[in-house]
Amino acid sequence: MEHKKLNPELVSLVQQWKGKEGNLIMILHEIQNHHGYVPRELSLELSKMLDVPLARIYEVITFYNFFKLIPPGKHRIALCMGTACYLRGAAVILDEIKNILGIKEGQTTKDGLFYLDVVRCLGCCGLAPVVMIDNKVYGKVKKNEVADILSKYIKEE
Amino acid sequence: MYTKVILVKDTDLKREDKTREFYTRLLDYLREASLHEQIQVVRVADIGVYDQGLVVKVLPDKVTYINVQDTDVKKIVDAILSEGKVIEDLVFKPKAKQHRIVLRNCGKIDPESIDDYIASGGYLALKKVLGELGQLKLIDEIKLSGIRGRGGAGYPTWMKWNFAREMNSAEKFVICNADEGDPGAYMDRSVLEGDPHSVIEGLIIAAFAIGASKGYFYIRAEYPLAVERIEKAIKQAYDYGLLGSGILGSSFNLDIDIRLGAGAFVCGEETALISSIEGKRGTPHPRPPYPSVKGLWGKPTVINNVETLANIPVIIAKGGKWFAQIGTQTSKGTKVFAVTGKVKNSGLVEIAMGATLREIVMDICGGTLSGKPIKAVQTGGPSGGVIPEELLDTPVDYENLQKLGSIMGSGGMIVMDDDDCMVDIPKFYLGFCVEESCGKCAPCRIGGFQMLGYLKKISEGRGIPEDLGQLRRIAQAMQKASLCGLGQTASNPVLSTLKYFEDEYNEHILNKRCPAGKCSSLITYTIIEDKCKRCGICFNNCPVKAISGSKEEGYSIAQDKCIKCGQCFDVCKFKAINKK
Repeated sequence: MEHKKLNPELVSLVQQWKGKEGNLIMILHEIQNHHGYVPRELSLELSKMLDVPLARIYEVITFYNFFKLIPPGKHRIALCMGTACYLRGAAVILDEIKNILGIKEGQTTKDGLFYLDVVRCLGCCGLAPVVMIDNKVYGKVKKNEVADILSKYIKEE
Repeated sequence: MYTKVILVKDTDLKREDKTREFYTRLLDYLREASLHEQIQVVRVADIGVYDQGLVVKVLPDKVTYINVQDTDVKKIVDAILSEGKVIEDLVFKPKAKQHRIVLRNCGKIDPESIDDYIASGGYLALKKVLGELGQLKLIDEIKLSGIRGRGGAGYPTWMKWNFAREMNSAEKFVICNADEGDPGAYMDRSVLEGDPHSVIEGLIIAAFAIGASKGYFYIRAEYPLAVERIEKAIKQAYDYGLLGSGILGSSFNLDIDIRLGAGAFVCGEETALISSIEGKRGTPHPRPPYPSVKGLWGKPTVINNVETLANIPVIIAKGGKWFAQIGTQTSKGTKVFAVTGKVKNSGLVEIAMGATLREIVMDICGGTLSGKPIKAVQTGGPSGGVIPEELLDTPVDYENLQKLGSIMGSGGMIVMDDDDCMVDIPKFYLGFCVEESCGKCAPCRIGGFQMLGYLKKISEGRGIPEDLGQLRRIAQAMQKASLCGLGQTASNPVLSTLKYFEDEYNEHILNKRCPAGKCSSLITYTIIEDKCKRCGICFNNCPVKAISGSKEEGYSIAQDKCIKCGQCFDVCKFKAINKK
């Protein structure tokens, strides 16, 4: 694996946040926005730059669901498991996605194309059940539509 | 050019849809009278009124007629042409009207324009506060209004403010809690995205009330648009001199920053939220000391929910007395609910406190989607409870919902029908709380896990009658001994279902049956001979070859092989598979 380094942009970002109290979470957000996850090398560098122990950084990363330690696939599938979606059959949709892609939640397909994430509420409960792929929201999804939706992304390749 | 539009829809579900028939009749009449170029007729799929026969809505007059008969056509057209005349016998008088205070601007103004907000009376309240009222009168006004926190617990806002104001500290903070974690609710998202300035104005006023010089928005990272809109709105407020130093020419200074949540439900709890803003794991702390005494970085801090803050500018502009007229004795003002689940029209509903659950679910939201009877309504998300159908006439306020074993919560309202299992629902909510428990205190960490184990056992048909007593005991221990609100309320879904639907638990335990047909281990699939056309589609689709037979002899399901996946039920086109 290539060695990931903080690019100058991120260095300046850390500098910018350095003086502010409670900066860690916001910096981690920026790193994840940039890389899609928080690579270990960057956590190490961050620990040096901010002068906080690596354990402190990992304690935060592992507490919050949002931060990831492994690279996600090219497309992130976020399946909503909020109450409204659950009542309207999100579990069935989840099983269908798992069947088609052959992965469990929190995993990436072998070809690196999809990452499956189960989230708690995307805030569009009126459209339940909801699946979001990257930033596109699919509402009122039916079991037999799942394959069609996914195939769009496969065809693009 | 059309000057009027008539919308038509038959809302009587029991008979054949007469919309088209009436539409044609109306159109014919208009053509005959040569009015068809002035008045447009539109058939709509939903007209917002239910079970009232043929419904006609006239725009832009916004007059709605219900139970319209074929013979009323002329009368209605005449009334429309008369400009202002209304047919009294037919006009629709809604029983429960929405009352929009919090959502006053949502959808009406451009959320990205501060000028739009100002044009609709925005920031006048701030001017009044800084210019005339001063701290004490401001808090008096909020006290008079009787507003209580909209985040769930319902603590009087003025008391929170007053405690923090009385504290002697060089530095104080205000925080807007926009970490809307309740799965199935999106009130705060709508306000943040639809009217960001109202929340900012509320936060500035709160900061002035307690003498804070620094404010934070704590927003879920899952709401990128809300973050973007708030960011933009804060920048605009700085440009207009509404933030920064010397706000509106006064000596009051305030800076506001955004902090993002990172997907932890417990961070909606105020002490956990503070830890998170400090850049740490979001674990709660024992209270007291309350944040108004010792909060962010040990300084007095006021944390208000988005909806609470959005109310503040209106209270100041129209007066606390005006606000106190709305609502019930103990709960003033309005509440926004996100009505979702098995409901016909899911969406946000803002009603004056004291409206009944039935009015919200039936009159405003049109009842269930399937037309099946409502089984229960759940309020308060994972911290709330279910309220059975027979109690839907309860007026909504903090105390009433608590008496029923639920809570007001932040405003999630989930409608459930006969297909929802009252063992499965608490299992879902508890699963959520177990996953989201921060693990700091034992009652929540261990208690939740144990209760979930019992619920799983019951739903899989392995339950024994003693399990219910055990569930109740653990629930009480969690309520009493947990450190924060998450653990204290996590057992509410279990306790309330046990209270109102113990029969259903017993069905699972004693008869190994799930009346709603939800708990997959307890379902049996069989083929109904009479309906089976022997097409063989179930045979071909069964993943474990549990279906045997042939096109000649018919098919049957071997129960010992069946994994209850439901494939056969889904693929059968003749409804010949029985699920029980």
